[in-house]
Amino acid sequence: MTFRKYLVLAAVTLCAAVGDSLLSYGMKQVGGISPHQLYDIILVILNPWIALGVFFLLGFFASYMTALSWADLTYVLPATSLGYVLLTIIAKFCLHEQVSFTRWLGILLISSGVGFVTQGPELTHQPKVKTAPVRVDP
Amino acid sequence: MNLLYTWSGIGAIVLASTSGDVLLSHAMKEVGDLGELRKRSGLAAVIGSVIRNRYFLLGVLAMTVAFYGLLFGLSWGDVSLVAPASASLTFVANAVAAKFFLHERVDHRRWIAALLVAGGVALLHG
Repeated sequence: MTFRKYLVLAAVTLCAAVGDSLLSYGMKQVGGISPHQLYDIILVILNPWIALGVFFLLGFFASYMTALSWADLTYVLPATSLGYVLLTIIAKFCLHEQVSFTRWLGILLISSGVGFVTQGPELTHQPKVKTAPVRVDP
Repeated sequence: MNLLYTWSGIGAIVLASTSGDVLLSHAMKEVGDLGELRKRSGLAAVIGSVIRNRYFLLGVLAMTVAFYGLLFGLSWGDVSLVAPASASLTFVANAVAAKFFLHERVDHRRWIAALLVAGGVALLHG
């Protein structure tokens, strides 16, 4: 694993957590949307927090695709699940939500899972690459 | 009956979400290391080769189905059941699907990691 690859995994984690938090904050400002006013769901993008959240979620998708281009799915998913932990910390300290003991236990389990998977290789299956036949001189 | 609807919804979310992840992962392995590709051919070539890949398009479609499945699931069941059950079961289903469809070597370390994360996610949402 190179430093650049760790940065990509960090970007997946950060962008997902920050994007979701911004969307949550923006939607609380906008308020409830009735199923009869579905047009409003398009207009919520005009809220700056929601627009910023969508920008971060696009960043998440781009970095997630980049990570999947050089690492196994069973490596990327647990390795980037620290986003759940980050989201809980943001919810506790920035959005001032109540975080119960069970949630802290969940954070501990996720962190242990991340610790387990990141100690192994990131790629276990090399896709088949077509190679030119080797010429053997007589 | 409502519980049957709820668990059918959870099953559909897990199936669509896992299919999406597997298809996207397969697409990205076909395209190759995006960092290397960007160095060689530029950002426009990277975007072009990703969005032209049919597995990528199918993956995005499956993810869209998973998103709407979640909306339906939430309308049938409690968020405290639908969200943790679908998120944590997707982690386990991904490990199984990656082993059989992507031929990844899912060793003990990765199984333990998937189960720990699945359990943790269930506790976070619960």
